[in-house]
Amino acid sequence: MADRISDETIEYVGILAKLELSESEKEAAKLDMERMLDYIDTLNELDTEGTEPMSHVFAVNNVFREDVVTNGDGSRETLANAPVRSEQSFKVPKTIG
Amino acid sequence: MDITCLTAVELGKKIRAGEISVREAVEASLAQIDKVEKDVHAFVTINREEALKRADEVQKLIDAGELTGPLAGVPMAVKDNMCTEGVLTTSGSKILGNFVPSYTAEAMKRLEAAGAVMLGKTNMDEFAMGSTTETSYYGVTRNPWNLEHVPGGSSGGSCAAVAAQECFYALGSDTGGSIRQPSAFCGVAGLKPTYGTVSRYGLIAYGSSLDQIGPAARDVTDCASILEVIAGHDPKDSTSVGRESYAFTSALTEDVQGMRIGIPRDYFGEGLDKEIKDTILQTVKELEKKGAIVEEFDLNLVKYAIPAYYVIASAEAGSNLSRFDGVKYGYRTEEYEGLHNMYKKSRSEGFGAEVKRRIMLGSFVLSSGYYDAYYLKALRTKALIKQEFDRAFAKYDVIVAPAAPTTAPKLGSSLSDPLKMYLSDVYTVSVNLAGLPGISVPAGIDSKGLPIGMQLIGDCYQENKIIRAAYTVERIRGYARPQLAAADEKGGRQ
Repeated sequence: MADRISDETIEYVGILAKLELSESEKEAAKLDMERMLDYIDTLNELDTEGTEPMSHVFAVNNVFREDVVTNGDGSRETLANAPVRSEQSFKVPKTIG
Repeated sequence: MDITCLTAVELGKKIRAGEISVREAVEASLAQIDKVEKDVHAFVTINREEALKRADEVQKLIDAGELTGPLAGVPMAVKDNMCTEGVLTTSGSKILGNFVPSYTAEAMKRLEAAGAVMLGKTNMDEFAMGSTTETSYYGVTRNPWNLEHVPGGSSGGSCAAVAAQECFYALGSDTGGSIRQPSAFCGVAGLKPTYGTVSRYGLIAYGSSLDQIGPAARDVTDCASILEVIAGHDPKDSTSVGRESYAFTSALTEDVQGMRIGIPRDYFGEGLDKEIKDTILQTVKELEKKGAIVEEFDLNLVKYAIPAYYVIASAEAGSNLSRFDGVKYGYRTEEYEGLHNMYKKSRSEGFGAEVKRRIMLGSFVLSSGYYDAYYLKALRTKALIKQEFDRAFAKYDVIVAPAAPTTAPKLGSSLSDPLKMYLSDVYTVSVNLAGLPGISVPAGIDSKGLPIGMQLIGDCYQENKIIRAAYTVERIRGYARPQLAAADEKGGRQ
């Protein structure tokens, strides 16, 4: 099923993935993805009608706990990893126009 | 005596008996690192000063009788996707090139409490995405058995470090075979526990529903002893399971009498290297002589495991890796216009090709219009694969499989064709999809002089059965070490 991935699709997936691809990277991504999807399409041979999607192998229940602080104030260590910071904050480019 | 030849448990015993000091053990490991690391390159970070300081602290606790466990004082290494407080943690990526965590992963915390001395952080495929350790931003790791070959991946650094005797054991993580396959390639024992057995707290997530931390070690005794320390319920990981028993070392017996062993025909057909096939089946014959009941059977759906795995793992990766945005930690691009451009440029410059490939695929299969056809289809396939294993384990205690279709390939021969590389995970990914425990143990050496691994798969929570079978295989096959590590050795084990 060639040509399933149009330029628009790659553009759109790039937006979802928050990746900026060069033209050559886009072409490579298109080929890679088409090849992978052709292979993934072998799953269509399989009748999964009536089978529930299984996200976890064991029944996963919501795990509740009291909201108690156990790790103290780690703000200094946490902020130390910020690429750009000011005082007690992460610094980001202007977010609203 | 060359200290670095000992297993972790043997060393621990000698340390407790006062025959070897913790400092001596750490110094021996560091000397071995100095000797072989330029060739092997198993580490991203070596923690020399801290390890020596820690050695003295641990020695005091042992002397005071406060640390009495089998691993107290034993030097080890940790895969670089597990957070270690105050120690660089890169996950093999440029995007985390300066990330120093403010906390330590639960599995490592437990080892620290048991007296582990961390020597450093081991190399890996970027974000654990790869089967050769060649996608690391920090250069390739070489196989200690033959430096022209890969160590496997993604826990290639951990397994190579153990094989080259740079450390006594290491932690790895396994999402689709990333402990078992490099263990096979490097001739060490590596165990992937039942999903939920070891806390994922502090493990940098790849495919959260598949990821498990486990040991890579010289032998099965070490694997069981390490697992006993790192396993346990952790409220900080909501998928952590409270188990009835954690007594894994109780299974270290040479006894397969009456054990029902299943050989899936589909795993021993086309595509499997003949030497690997013969070695494994010969070993199974030996197990049969020791009383195991061996039978071939059809494990269906084998060909659907890899496509299902890559859809699920990529989808989860796409979601998990959205946290790397150049704001809270890691790399931020130098020039940008506005917030979104900063995100995109930081990520595009910070991630390598294989990681981008999987994020793109993951974003696609989760996007509206494709979600049902790909993502839900893969989850349905996963349910059917799980049912196949349930059927098999109604009849068998242990399933025997190869760990990989070939022994370690040459460096530079795998990355050019991603799909081909993915296909080499055929014997390992189903185990992650079904949440099962699996162990790879050395079963022999091929004509190229490279180790052959044998994989033993158990039903959920049945680690003890595979540990017992693997321990018996080890008694049959023994342990061989690479020339590189054995060069100065006199006597010692086989």
